[in-house]
Amino acid sequence: MDDLKQIARETRKDIIQMIELAGSGHPGGSLSCVEIIVALYYKIMRHNPKNPKWPERDRFILSKGHAVPTLYSVLSRKGYFPREWLWKLRKAGNPLQGHPHLLSTPGIEASTGSLGQGLSIANGMALAGKLDNKDYRVYAIIGDGEIGEGAIWEASMSSKRYKLDNLCAILDHNGLQIDGSIQAIKDPYPLKPKWEAFGWEVLEVNGHSFNELLIAFSEAKKIKGKPTMIIANTVKGKGVSFMENDILWHGKAPSHEQAEQAINEIEHS
Amino acid sequence: MAELKSLRDTYGETIVELGKSNPNIIVLDADLSFSTRTHRFKEAFPNRFFNLGVAEADMMGTAAGLASCGKTVFASTFAVFATGRAWDQVRLGIVYSKLNVKIVASHSGIEVGEDGYSHQAIEDIALMRVLPAMRVIVPCCANQTRAVIRFVAKEKGPFYVRLIKHSLPILYPEDMEFKLGQATTLKQGKDITIGAIGSMVPRTLEAHKILKTKGISAKVIDFASVKPIDEEAIKQACDETRGFITCEDHTTAGGLGDAVAQVILAHHPIPHLRIGIQGIFGESGTSQDLYEKHGLTANHIAEKAEKLLKY
Repeated sequence: MDDLKQIARETRKDIIQMIELAGSGHPGGSLSCVEIIVALYYKIMRHNPKNPKWPERDRFILSKGHAVPTLYSVLSRKGYFPREWLWKLRKAGNPLQGHPHLLSTPGIEASTGSLGQGLSIANGMALAGKLDNKDYRVYAIIGDGEIGEGAIWEASMSSKRYKLDNLCAILDHNGLQIDGSIQAIKDPYPLKPKWEAFGWEVLEVNGHSFNELLIAFSEAKKIKGKPTMIIANTVKGKGVSFMENDILWHGKAPSHEQAEQAINEIEHS
Repeated sequence: MAELKSLRDTYGETIVELGKSNPNIIVLDADLSFSTRTHRFKEAFPNRFFNLGVAEADMMGTAAGLASCGKTVFASTFAVFATGRAWDQVRLGIVYSKLNVKIVASHSGIEVGEDGYSHQAIEDIALMRVLPAMRVIVPCCANQTRAVIRFVAKEKGPFYVRLIKHSLPILYPEDMEFKLGQATTLKQGKDITIGAIGSMVPRTLEAHKILKTKGISAKVIDFASVKPIDEEAIKQACDETRGFITCEDHTTAGGLGDAVAQVILAHHPIPHLRIGIQGIFGESGTSQDLYEKHGLTANHIAEKAEKLLKY
Protein backbone atom coordinates (compact mmCIF):
# COMPACT_ATOMS: atom_id res chain seq x y z
CA MET A 1 0.00 0.00 0.00
CA ASP A 2 2.93 2.32 0.71
CA ASP A 3 4.11 1.66 -2.83
CA LEU A 4 0.75 2.69 -4.23
CA LYS A 5 0.78 5.84 -2.13
CA GLN A 6 4.22 6.70 -3.48
CA ILE A 7 3.02 6.08 -7.06
CA ALA A 8 0.05 8.36 -6.39
CA ARG A 9 2.44 11.07 -5.20
CA GLU A 10 4.57 10.69 -8.34
CA THR A 11 1.46 10.79 -10.50
CA ARG A 12 0.30 14.00 -8.83
CA LYS A 13 3.70 15.57 -9.44
CA ASP A 14 3.51 14.57 -13.10
CA ILE A 15 0.04 16.10 -13.40
CA ILE A 16 1.20 19.44 -11.98
CA GLN A 17 4.31 19.52 -14.15
CA MET A 18 2.48 18.51 -17.32
CA ILE A 19 -0.20 21.13 -16.89
CA GLU A 20 2.30 23.82 -15.90
CA LEU A 21 4.36 23.13 -19.03
CA ALA A 22 1.26 22.89 -21.22
CA GLY A 23 0.04 26.24 -19.89
CA SER A 24 -3.51 24.89 -19.79
CA GLY A 25 -5.42 21.84 -18.60
CA HIS A 26 -7.56 20.55 -15.78
CA PRO A 27 -5.70 19.96 -12.51
CA GLY A 28 -8.73 19.74 -10.17
CA GLY A 29 -10.49 16.76 -11.74
CA SER A 30 -7.18 15.09 -12.62
CA LEU A 31 -6.03 15.14 -9.00
CA SER A 32 -9.35 13.77 -7.73
CA CYS A 33 -9.12 10.49 -9.69
CA VAL A 34 -5.42 9.65 -9.11
CA GLU A 35 -5.98 6.78 -6.65
CA ILE A 36 -8.72 5.27 -8.82
CA ILE A 37 -6.56 5.11 -11.95
CA VAL A 38 -3.43 4.02 -10.08
CA ALA A 39 -5.34 1.23 -8.33
CA LEU A 40 -6.77 0.00 -11.63
CA TYR A 41 -3.52 -0.03 -13.61
CA TYR A 42 -1.24 -1.25 -10.79
CA LYS A 43 -3.46 -3.76 -8.99
CA ILE A 44 -6.70 -4.55 -10.76
CA MET A 45 -6.55 -4.52 -14.52
CA ARG A 46 -5.16 -7.22 -16.77
CA HIS A 47 -3.14 -5.35 -19.38
CA ASN A 48 0.12 -5.45 -21.25
CA PRO A 49 1.94 -2.21 -22.09
CA LYS A 50 4.03 -4.08 -24.67
CA ASN A 51 0.86 -5.15 -26.45
CA PRO A 52 -1.71 -2.38 -25.96
CA LYS A 53 -4.18 -4.07 -28.34
CA TRP A 54 -3.98 -7.49 -26.62
CA PRO A 55 -7.52 -8.83 -27.21
CA GLU A 56 -7.81 -10.30 -23.69
CA ARG A 57 -6.97 -7.03 -21.90
CA ASP A 58 -9.31 -5.26 -19.53
CA ARG A 59 -10.52 -1.97 -21.00
CA PHE A 60 -10.42 1.43 -19.33
CA ILE A 61 -12.48 4.39 -20.55
CA LEU A 62 -11.92 7.86 -19.17
CA SER A 63 -15.32 9.33 -19.91
CA LYS A 64 -14.37 12.52 -18.05
CA GLY A 65 -11.67 13.02 -20.65
CA HIS A 66 -10.36 16.29 -19.22
CA ALA A 67 -8.68 14.27 -16.44
CA VAL A 68 -6.41 12.65 -19.02
CA PRO A 69 -3.13 13.96 -17.50
CA THR A 70 -3.64 11.37 -14.74
CA LEU A 71 -4.08 8.60 -17.28
CA TYR A 72 -1.12 9.77 -19.39
CA SER A 73 1.10 9.78 -16.31
CA VAL A 74 0.09 6.25 -15.36
CA LEU A 75 0.33 4.93 -18.93
CA SER A 76 3.82 6.37 -19.36
CA ARG A 77 5.01 4.96 -16.01
CA LYS A 78 3.63 1.60 -17.08
CA GLY A 79 5.64 1.81 -20.30
CA TYR A 80 3.00 2.52 -22.93
CA PHE A 81 5.02 5.46 -24.24
CA PRO A 82 8.12 7.51 -23.32
CA ARG A 83 7.91 9.85 -20.37
CA GLU A 84 9.25 12.70 -22.50
CA TRP A 85 5.85 12.85 -24.18
CA LEU A 86 4.33 14.04 -20.91
CA TRP A 87 6.22 17.31 -21.03
CA LYS A 88 4.77 18.19 -24.43
CA LEU A 89 1.14 17.62 -23.47
CA ARG A 90 -1.19 19.73 -25.62
CA LYS A 91 1.66 20.86 -27.93
CA ALA A 92 1.24 20.63 -31.71
CA GLY A 93 2.70 17.44 -33.09
CA ASN A 94 2.85 15.59 -29.77
CA PRO A 95 0.75 12.41 -29.50
CA LEU A 96 -0.75 13.54 -26.18
CA GLN A 97 -3.89 15.44 -27.09
CA GLY A 98 -5.68 17.70 -24.61
CA HIS A 99 -8.37 15.04 -24.37
CA PRO A 100 -8.01 11.28 -25.06
CA HIS A 101 -7.75 10.19 -28.69
CA LEU A 102 -7.81 6.50 -29.55
CA LEU A 103 -5.58 6.84 -32.60
CA SER A 104 -2.98 9.23 -31.19
CA THR A 105 -1.82 7.55 -28.00
CA PRO A 106 -0.99 3.90 -27.15
CA GLY A 107 -3.16 2.66 -24.30
CA ILE A 108 -6.05 5.04 -24.93
CA GLU A 109 -9.18 2.97 -25.57
CA ALA A 110 -11.69 5.61 -26.70
CA SER A 111 -11.86 9.20 -27.88
CA THR A 112 -13.62 11.22 -25.22
CA GLY A 113 -13.73 14.76 -23.90
CA SER A 114 -17.21 15.72 -24.96
CA LEU A 115 -18.90 14.57 -21.78
CA GLY A 116 -21.50 11.85 -21.58
CA GLN A 117 -20.12 9.51 -24.24
CA GLY A 118 -17.86 7.09 -22.41
CA LEU A 119 -20.43 4.91 -20.67
CA SER A 120 -22.09 3.93 -23.97
CA ILE A 121 -18.67 3.08 -25.42
CA ALA A 122 -17.91 0.98 -22.34
CA ASN A 123 -21.24 -0.81 -22.83
CA GLY A 124 -20.28 -1.63 -26.41
CA MET A 125 -16.98 -3.10 -25.25
CA ALA A 126 -18.70 -5.11 -22.53
CA LEU A 127 -21.25 -6.42 -25.04
CA ALA A 128 -18.44 -7.43 -27.40
CA GLY A 129 -16.77 -9.30 -24.54
CA LYS A 130 -19.97 -11.24 -23.86
CA LEU A 131 -20.49 -11.99 -27.56
CA ASP A 132 -16.95 -13.33 -27.88
CA ASN A 133 -17.07 -15.25 -24.58
CA LYS A 134 -14.08 -13.33 -23.31
CA ASP A 135 -13.62 -12.71 -19.62
CA TYR A 136 -12.10 -9.24 -19.83
CA ARG A 137 -13.65 -6.50 -17.73
CA VAL A 138 -14.46 -2.92 -18.70
CA TYR A 139 -13.84 0.02 -16.37
CA ALA A 140 -15.11 3.55 -16.94
CA ILE A 141 -14.66 6.69 -14.87
CA ILE A 142 -17.41 9.24 -15.19
CA GLY A 143 -17.53 12.65 -13.56
CA ASP A 144 -20.20 13.79 -11.14
CA GLY A 145 -20.80 16.91 -13.21
CA GLU A 146 -20.86 14.69 -16.29
CA ILE A 147 -23.97 12.87 -15.10
CA GLY A 148 -25.89 16.00 -16.05
CA GLU A 149 -25.57 14.63 -19.58
CA GLY A 150 -28.69 12.68 -20.52
CA ALA A 151 -26.63 10.22 -22.56
CA ILE A 152 -25.17 8.86 -19.30
CA TRP A 153 -28.65 7.80 -18.23
CA GLU A 154 -29.42 6.38 -21.67
CA ALA A 155 -26.31 4.29 -21.30
CA SER A 156 -27.06 3.34 -17.70
CA MET A 157 -30.31 1.71 -18.82
CA SER A 158 -28.52 -0.27 -21.54
CA SER A 159 -25.92 -1.52 -19.03
CA LYS A 160 -28.75 -2.87 -16.92
CA ARG A 161 -30.85 -4.17 -19.83
CA TYR A 162 -27.94 -6.22 -21.13
CA LYS A 163 -26.87 -7.35 -17.65
CA LEU A 164 -23.34 -6.09 -18.14
CA ASP A 165 -21.72 -7.57 -15.05
CA ASN A 166 -18.36 -7.30 -16.82
CA LEU A 167 -18.70 -3.52 -16.53
CA CYS A 168 -17.60 -1.51 -13.51
CA ALA A 169 -18.10 2.24 -13.60
CA ILE A 170 -16.58 4.63 -11.11
CA LEU A 171 -18.23 7.95 -10.33
CA ASP A 172 -15.56 10.49 -9.39
CA HIS A 173 -17.67 12.30 -6.82
CA ASN A 174 -15.66 15.40 -6.05
CA GLY A 175 -18.80 17.51 -5.74
CA LEU A 176 -17.74 20.31 -8.06
CA GLN A 177 -18.19 21.17 -11.71
CA ILE A 178 -16.87 24.16 -13.66
CA ASP A 179 -19.41 26.72 -12.51
CA GLY A 180 -19.98 25.61 -8.93
CA SER A 181 -21.07 22.69 -6.76
CA ILE A 182 -22.97 19.93 -8.51
CA GLN A 183 -25.77 20.48 -6.03
CA ALA A 184 -26.04 24.16 -6.86
CA ILE A 185 -25.88 23.65 -10.64
CA LYS A 186 -28.08 20.66 -11.42
CA ASP A 187 -28.46 18.72 -8.18
CA PRO A 188 -28.01 15.07 -9.17
CA TYR A 189 -28.55 13.89 -5.60
CA PRO A 190 -29.27 11.41 -4.15
CA LEU A 191 -26.62 9.47 -6.06
CA LYS A 192 -26.77 5.98 -4.59
CA PRO A 193 -30.57 5.50 -4.74
CA LYS A 194 -30.59 6.94 -8.24
CA TRP A 195 -28.08 4.43 -9.62
CA GLU A 196 -29.76 1.64 -7.67
CA ALA A 197 -33.11 2.61 -9.18
CA PHE A 198 -31.47 2.35 -12.60
CA GLY A 199 -30.63 -1.26 -11.80
CA TRP A 200 -26.98 -1.00 -10.79
CA GLU A 201 -25.19 -2.53 -7.84
CA VAL A 202 -23.80 0.51 -6.02
CA LEU A 203 -20.77 0.58 -3.74
CA GLU A 204 -19.58 3.72 -2.01
CA VAL A 205 -15.95 4.31 -1.02
CA ASN A 206 -13.43 6.94 -0.07
CA GLY A 207 -11.93 7.50 -3.52
CA HIS A 208 -8.53 8.37 -2.03
CA SER A 209 -8.27 5.17 0.01
CA PHE A 210 -6.45 2.41 -1.88
CA ASN A 211 -7.70 -0.05 0.68
CA GLU A 212 -11.35 0.81 0.10
CA LEU A 213 -10.94 1.03 -3.68
CA LEU A 214 -9.25 -2.37 -3.95
CA ILE A 215 -11.93 -4.02 -1.84
CA ALA A 216 -14.67 -2.42 -3.95
CA PHE A 217 -13.05 -3.48 -7.24
CA SER A 218 -12.80 -7.07 -6.05
CA GLU A 219 -16.40 -6.95 -4.71
CA ALA A 220 -17.55 -5.71 -8.11
CA LYS A 221 -16.01 -8.76 -9.81
CA LYS A 222 -18.33 -10.97 -7.78
CA ILE A 223 -21.54 -9.13 -8.74
CA LYS A 224 -23.43 -11.15 -11.35
CA GLY A 225 -26.27 -10.16 -13.64
CA LYS A 226 -25.88 -6.40 -13.35
CA PRO A 227 -23.31 -3.65 -13.70
CA THR A 228 -21.55 -2.10 -10.71
CA MET A 229 -21.17 1.58 -9.93
CA ILE A 230 -18.53 2.56 -7.42
CA ILE A 231 -19.27 6.00 -6.06
CA ALA A 232 -15.84 7.27 -5.14
CA ASN A 233 -16.04 10.21 -2.77
CA THR A 234 -13.11 12.41 -3.67
CA VAL A 235 -11.70 15.90 -3.24
CA LYS A 236 -11.25 18.06 -6.30
CA GLY A 237 -7.63 19.22 -6.44
CA LYS A 238 -6.64 16.56 -3.87
CA GLY A 239 -3.10 16.88 -2.54
CA VAL A 240 -2.53 20.56 -3.30
CA SER A 241 -3.87 22.77 -0.50
CA PHE A 242 -4.69 25.80 -2.60
CA MET A 243 -6.41 23.73 -5.31
CA GLU A 244 -8.55 21.58 -3.04
CA ASN A 245 -12.30 22.16 -3.30
CA ASP A 246 -11.85 25.27 -5.42
CA ILE A 247 -13.67 25.50 -8.75
CA LEU A 248 -11.10 28.02 -9.99
CA TRP A 249 -8.71 25.09 -10.41
CA HIS A 250 -11.06 23.09 -12.62
CA GLY A 251 -9.39 24.25 -15.79
CA LYS A 252 -6.40 26.46 -15.01
CA ALA A 253 -2.66 25.86 -15.22
CA PRO A 254 -0.48 26.73 -12.23
CA SER A 255 2.26 29.33 -12.59
CA HIS A 256 5.85 28.13 -12.08
CA GLU A 257 5.81 29.28 -8.45
CA GLN A 258 2.44 27.66 -7.80
CA ALA A 259 3.65 24.44 -9.41
CA GLU A 260 6.75 24.44 -7.18
CA GLN A 261 4.63 24.93 -4.09
CA ALA A 262 2.23 22.19 -5.22
CA ILE A 263 5.04 19.71 -5.81
CA ASN A 264 6.60 20.58 -2.47
CA GLU A 265 3.28 19.87 -0.75
CA ILE A 266 2.82 16.60 -2.61
CA GLU A 267 6.35 15.42 -1.75
CA HIS A 268 5.80 16.11 1.92
CA SER A 269 2.33 14.56 2.10
CA MET B 1 -41.74 2.15 -66.04
CA ALA B 2 -39.06 0.13 -64.32
CA GLU B 3 -39.98 -2.09 -61.39
CA LEU B 4 -40.25 -0.23 -58.06
CA LYS B 5 -38.43 -1.61 -55.08
CA SER B 6 -37.81 -0.47 -51.51
CA LEU B 7 -34.24 0.43 -50.64
CA ARG B 8 -34.76 -0.30 -46.96
CA ASP B 9 -36.25 -3.75 -47.71
CA THR B 10 -33.10 -4.46 -49.65
CA TYR B 11 -30.98 -3.19 -46.76
CA GLY B 12 -32.72 -5.60 -44.38
CA GLU B 13 -32.26 -8.51 -46.81
CA THR B 14 -28.63 -7.67 -47.45
CA ILE B 15 -27.51 -7.49 -43.82
CA VAL B 16 -29.12 -10.89 -43.25
CA GLU B 17 -27.23 -12.28 -46.25
CA LEU B 18 -23.97 -10.76 -44.96
CA GLY B 19 -24.66 -11.94 -41.42
CA LYS B 20 -24.71 -15.56 -42.59
CA SER B 21 -21.13 -15.54 -43.77
CA ASN B 22 -19.73 -12.94 -41.38
CA PRO B 23 -20.33 -13.64 -37.67
CA ASN B 24 -18.56 -10.38 -36.88
CA ILE B 25 -21.46 -8.26 -38.11
CA ILE B 26 -23.53 -6.65 -35.36
CA VAL B 27 -26.66 -4.60 -35.98
CA LEU B 28 -28.00 -1.86 -33.71
CA ASP B 29 -31.24 0.08 -33.86
CA ALA B 30 -32.96 2.72 -31.77
CA ASP B 31 -36.58 1.56 -31.59
CA LEU B 32 -37.27 1.85 -35.31
CA SER B 33 -36.25 -1.64 -36.41
CA PHE B 34 -39.50 -2.30 -38.30
CA SER B 35 -39.13 0.95 -40.24
CA THR B 36 -35.43 0.59 -40.97
CA ARG B 37 -35.92 -3.16 -41.65
CA THR B 38 -33.16 -4.18 -39.24
CA HIS B 39 -35.83 -6.40 -37.61
CA ARG B 40 -35.01 -8.85 -40.40
CA PHE B 41 -31.52 -9.21 -38.94
CA LYS B 42 -32.93 -9.52 -35.43
CA GLU B 43 -35.13 -12.41 -36.55
CA ALA B 44 -32.20 -14.16 -38.23
CA PHE B 45 -29.52 -13.46 -35.61
CA PRO B 46 -31.15 -12.45 -32.32
CA ASN B 47 -27.84 -12.60 -30.43
CA ARG B 48 -26.14 -10.12 -32.72
CA PHE B 49 -28.88 -7.51 -32.72
CA PHE B 50 -29.22 -4.88 -30.02
CA ASN B 51 -32.09 -2.45 -29.70
CA LEU B 52 -30.86 0.52 -27.68
CA GLY B 53 -34.32 2.03 -27.40
CA VAL B 54 -35.15 5.68 -27.99
CA ALA B 55 -31.55 6.65 -27.34
CA GLU B 56 -29.66 7.41 -30.52
CA ALA B 57 -26.66 8.90 -28.74
CA ASP B 58 -26.35 5.73 -26.69
CA MET B 59 -26.64 3.64 -29.86
CA MET B 60 -23.75 5.47 -31.53
CA GLY B 61 -21.56 5.21 -28.43
CA THR B 62 -22.33 1.52 -28.15
CA ALA B 63 -21.48 1.12 -31.83
CA ALA B 64 -18.10 2.75 -31.16
CA GLY B 65 -17.39 0.39 -28.27
CA LEU B 66 -18.33 -2.72 -30.26
CA ALA B 67 -16.31 -1.58 -33.28
CA SER B 68 -13.25 -0.89 -31.15
CA CYS B 69 -13.40 -4.58 -30.16
CA GLY B 70 -13.27 -5.68 -33.78
CA LYS B 71 -16.94 -5.82 -34.73
CA THR B 72 -18.40 -4.52 -37.99
CA VAL B 73 -21.34 -2.52 -36.74
CA PHE B 74 -24.41 -1.40 -38.67
CA ALA B 75 -26.36 1.27 -36.76
CA SER B 76 -29.77 2.30 -38.08
CA THR B 77 -32.53 4.75 -37.29
CA PHE B 78 -34.19 7.63 -39.15
CA ALA B 79 -31.69 9.92 -40.87
CA VAL B 80 -32.73 12.95 -38.85
CA PHE B 81 -31.90 11.24 -35.54
CA ALA B 82 -28.81 9.38 -36.72
CA THR B 83 -27.12 12.54 -37.92
CA GLY B 84 -28.70 15.28 -35.84
CA ARG B 85 -29.46 13.87 -32.41
CA ALA B 86 -26.32 11.76 -32.29
CA TRP B 87 -23.92 14.01 -34.20
CA ASP B 88 -21.54 14.52 -31.28
CA GLN B 89 -21.24 10.76 -30.70
CA VAL B 90 -20.69 10.17 -34.41
CA ARG B 91 -18.10 12.95 -34.59
CA LEU B 92 -16.03 12.19 -31.51
CA GLY B 93 -16.80 8.57 -30.62
CA ILE B 94 -16.86 7.03 -34.10
CA VAL B 95 -15.29 9.19 -36.80
CA TYR B 96 -12.38 10.67 -34.83
CA SER B 97 -11.34 7.10 -34.05
CA LYS B 98 -12.10 5.94 -37.63
CA LEU B 99 -14.10 3.06 -36.21
CA ASN B 100 -15.79 0.42 -38.29
CA VAL B 101 -19.34 1.71 -37.97
CA LYS B 102 -21.80 1.87 -40.85
CA ILE B 103 -24.62 4.27 -40.18
CA VAL B 104 -27.44 3.26 -42.51
CA ALA B 105 -30.29 5.68 -42.04
CA SER B 106 -33.75 5.55 -43.57
CA HIS B 107 -36.50 8.16 -44.01
CA SER B 108 -34.24 10.93 -45.28
CA GLY B 109 -35.38 14.05 -47.11
CA ILE B 110 -38.76 15.77 -47.39
CA GLU B 111 -39.66 12.57 -49.22
CA VAL B 112 -40.72 11.25 -45.80
CA GLY B 113 -43.76 13.49 -46.21
CA GLU B 114 -46.62 13.71 -43.77
CA ASP B 115 -44.60 13.57 -40.53
CA GLY B 116 -43.32 17.05 -41.29
CA TYR B 117 -40.06 18.86 -40.63
CA SER B 118 -39.32 17.11 -37.30
CA HIS B 119 -38.81 13.87 -39.23
CA GLN B 120 -37.44 15.21 -42.50
CA ALA B 121 -33.66 14.98 -42.60
CA ILE B 122 -32.75 17.68 -45.09
CA GLU B 123 -29.40 18.58 -43.51
CA ASP B 124 -28.03 15.08 -42.92
CA ILE B 125 -25.66 14.91 -45.88
CA ALA B 126 -24.14 18.25 -44.85
CA LEU B 127 -23.73 17.10 -41.24
CA MET B 128 -21.93 13.92 -42.29
CA ARG B 129 -19.94 15.41 -45.19
CA VAL B 130 -18.14 17.90 -42.98
CA LEU B 131 -16.64 15.18 -40.80
CA PRO B 132 -13.09 14.14 -41.77
CA ALA B 133 -12.81 10.40 -42.55
CA MET B 134 -16.57 10.03 -43.01
CA ARG B 135 -17.74 8.66 -46.36
CA VAL B 136 -21.26 9.49 -47.56
CA ILE B 137 -23.23 7.32 -49.97
CA VAL B 138 -26.73 7.90 -51.33
CA PRO B 139 -28.06 4.94 -53.36
CA CYS B 140 -30.80 5.53 -55.91
CA CYS B 141 -32.19 2.02 -56.40
CA ALA B 142 -32.52 -1.28 -54.58
CA ASN B 143 -29.82 -3.06 -56.57
CA GLN B 144 -27.40 -0.23 -55.94
CA THR B 145 -28.33 -0.33 -52.26
CA ARG B 146 -27.42 -4.01 -52.08
CA ALA B 147 -24.06 -3.33 -53.73
CA VAL B 148 -23.40 -0.40 -51.38
CA ILE B 149 -24.22 -2.40 -48.25
CA ARG B 150 -21.98 -5.25 -49.36
CA PHE B 151 -19.23 -2.73 -50.09
CA VAL B 152 -19.36 -0.88 -46.78
CA ALA B 153 -19.44 -4.19 -44.88
CA LYS B 154 -16.01 -5.10 -46.18
CA GLU B 155 -14.44 -1.64 -46.37
CA LYS B 156 -12.92 -0.54 -43.03
CA GLY B 157 -13.95 2.68 -41.33
CA PRO B 158 -17.05 4.82 -40.93
CA PHE B 159 -19.74 5.30 -43.58
CA TYR B 160 -23.04 7.14 -43.77
CA VAL B 161 -25.54 5.49 -46.13
CA ARG B 162 -28.70 7.48 -46.79
CA LEU B 163 -31.91 5.60 -47.59
CA ILE B 164 -35.49 6.76 -48.04
CA LYS B 165 -38.98 5.71 -47.03
CA HIS B 166 -40.58 5.08 -50.42
CA SER B 167 -39.64 2.71 -53.24
CA LEU B 168 -37.67 3.72 -56.30
CA PRO B 169 -37.40 2.23 -59.80
CA ILE B 170 -34.66 -0.32 -60.41
CA LEU B 171 -31.95 1.37 -62.49
CA TYR B 172 -28.97 -0.93 -62.12
CA PRO B 173 -28.52 -4.66 -62.78
CA GLU B 174 -28.74 -7.04 -59.86
CA ASP B 175 -25.04 -7.94 -60.01
CA MET B 176 -23.72 -4.38 -60.16
CA GLU B 177 -20.61 -3.53 -58.19
CA PHE B 178 -20.34 -0.30 -56.21
CA LYS B 179 -17.18 1.75 -56.61
CA LEU B 180 -16.43 4.37 -53.97
CA GLY B 181 -15.63 7.79 -55.38
CA GLN B 182 -16.87 6.87 -58.83
CA ALA B 183 -19.90 8.50 -60.39
CA THR B 184 -21.98 6.74 -63.04
CA THR B 185 -22.93 8.44 -66.27
CA LEU B 186 -26.43 7.17 -66.97
CA LYS B 187 -26.99 9.26 -70.13
CA GLN B 188 -24.44 10.87 -72.38
CA GLY B 189 -25.12 14.45 -73.45
CA LYS B 190 -23.29 17.45 -74.87
CA ASP B 191 -25.28 20.54 -73.87
CA ILE B 192 -25.80 20.36 -70.14
CA THR B 193 -24.94 18.03 -67.23
CA ILE B 194 -27.45 17.04 -64.59
CA GLY B 195 -26.03 15.35 -61.50
CA ALA B 196 -28.36 13.74 -58.99
CA ILE B 197 -28.58 11.48 -55.99
CA GLY B 198 -31.17 9.12 -54.50
CA SER B 199 -34.79 9.86 -55.30
CA MET B 200 -33.76 12.58 -57.76
CA VAL B 201 -31.95 10.21 -60.12
CA PRO B 202 -35.08 8.72 -61.73
CA ARG B 203 -36.59 12.21 -61.97
CA THR B 204 -33.46 13.46 -63.67
CA LEU B 205 -33.74 10.64 -66.22
CA GLU B 206 -37.29 11.82 -66.93
CA ALA B 207 -35.99 15.36 -67.34
CA HIS B 208 -33.44 14.02 -69.83
CA LYS B 209 -36.35 12.70 -71.96
CA ILE B 210 -38.24 15.99 -71.80
CA LEU B 211 -35.12 17.92 -72.81
CA LYS B 212 -34.53 15.54 -75.71
CA THR B 213 -37.91 16.45 -77.19
CA LYS B 214 -36.73 20.06 -77.12
CA GLY B 215 -33.50 19.25 -78.86
CA ILE B 216 -31.35 19.57 -75.72
CA SER B 217 -28.83 16.86 -75.04
CA ALA B 218 -28.39 16.37 -71.29
CA LYS B 219 -25.72 14.26 -69.67
CA VAL B 220 -27.07 12.53 -66.55
CA ILE B 221 -24.73 11.50 -63.74
CA ASP B 222 -25.54 9.51 -60.60
CA PHE B 223 -23.35 10.78 -57.75
CA ALA B 224 -24.16 8.01 -55.25
CA SER B 225 -20.69 8.50 -53.78
CA VAL B 226 -21.22 12.03 -52.45
CA LYS B 227 -18.03 11.79 -50.43
CA PRO B 228 -15.54 11.09 -51.82
CA ILE B 229 -16.97 12.77 -54.91
CA ASP B 230 -15.84 11.88 -58.40
CA GLU B 231 -13.85 15.01 -59.27
CA GLU B 232 -12.80 13.67 -62.65
CA ALA B 233 -16.41 13.11 -63.71
CA ILE B 234 -17.24 16.71 -62.73
CA LYS B 235 -14.21 18.17 -64.51
CA GLN B 236 -14.98 16.17 -67.61
CA ALA B 237 -18.60 17.31 -67.59
CA CYS B 238 -17.43 20.92 -67.25
CA ASP B 239 -15.23 20.44 -70.31
CA GLU B 240 -17.91 18.74 -72.36
CA THR B 241 -21.07 20.69 -71.51
CA ARG B 242 -22.05 24.33 -70.95
CA GLY B 243 -23.91 24.15 -67.68
CA PHE B 244 -24.30 21.98 -64.58
CA ILE B 245 -27.37 21.27 -62.51
CA THR B 246 -27.35 19.28 -59.29
CA CYS B 247 -30.54 17.76 -57.87
CA GLU B 248 -31.07 16.51 -54.33
CA ASP B 249 -33.82 16.06 -51.75
CA HIS B 250 -31.69 17.98 -49.25
CA THR B 251 -30.90 21.58 -48.47
CA THR B 252 -28.69 23.12 -51.15
CA ALA B 253 -26.31 24.19 -48.35
CA GLY B 254 -23.70 21.53 -47.75
CA GLY B 255 -25.15 18.73 -49.83
CA LEU B 256 -24.42 17.36 -53.30
CA GLY B 257 -24.75 20.84 -54.81
CA ASP B 258 -21.99 22.25 -52.66
CA ALA B 259 -19.81 19.18 -53.10
CA VAL B 260 -20.01 19.58 -56.88
CA ALA B 261 -19.71 23.38 -56.73
CA GLN B 262 -16.39 23.13 -54.89
CA VAL B 263 -14.92 21.11 -57.75
CA ILE B 264 -16.45 23.29 -60.48
CA LEU B 265 -15.13 26.49 -58.89
CA ALA B 266 -11.64 25.12 -58.42
CA HIS B 267 -11.36 23.63 -61.88
CA HIS B 268 -13.41 25.18 -64.60
CA PRO B 269 -16.23 27.51 -63.61
CA ILE B 270 -19.34 27.03 -65.72
CA PRO B 271 -22.87 28.09 -64.77
CA HIS B 272 -24.09 25.80 -61.99
CA LEU B 273 -27.58 25.67 -60.54
CA ARG B 274 -28.40 23.77 -57.38
CA ILE B 275 -31.87 22.24 -57.25
CA GLY B 276 -32.85 21.22 -53.74
CA ILE B 277 -34.43 22.72 -50.69
CA GLN B 278 -33.56 26.39 -50.73
CA GLY B 279 -32.86 27.26 -47.11
CA ILE B 280 -36.41 26.77 -45.84
CA PHE B 281 -37.99 24.30 -43.46
CA GLY B 282 -39.87 21.19 -44.50
CA GLU B 283 -43.57 20.74 -43.74
CA SER B 284 -46.27 18.08 -43.77
CA GLY B 285 -47.68 16.86 -47.07
CA THR B 286 -47.46 13.99 -49.50
CA SER B 287 -44.03 13.41 -51.03
CA GLN B 288 -45.48 14.37 -54.38
CA ASP B 289 -46.93 17.67 -53.18
CA LEU B 290 -43.72 18.57 -51.38
CA TYR B 291 -41.59 17.67 -54.41
CA GLU B 292 -43.82 19.93 -56.53
CA LYS B 293 -43.44 22.76 -54.04
CA HIS B 294 -39.64 22.52 -53.93
CA GLY B 295 -39.22 21.96 -57.65
CA LEU B 296 -37.93 18.42 -57.27
CA THR B 297 -39.72 17.23 -60.41
CA ALA B 298 -38.69 16.25 -63.93
CA ASN B 299 -40.57 19.18 -65.45
CA HIS B 300 -38.94 21.69 -63.15
CA ILE B 301 -35.46 20.26 -63.74
CA ALA B 302 -36.01 20.41 -67.52
CA GLU B 303 -37.29 23.97 -67.29
CA LYS B 304 -34.27 25.07 -65.27
CA ALA B 305 -31.90 23.31 -67.64
CA GLU B 306 -33.37 25.15 -70.59
CA LYS B 307 -33.06 28.48 -68.77
CA LEU B 308 -29.49 27.81 -67.66
CA LEU B 309 -28.39 27.18 -71.23
CA LYS B 310 -29.79 30.60 -72.24
CA TYR B 311 -27.88 32.22 -69.39
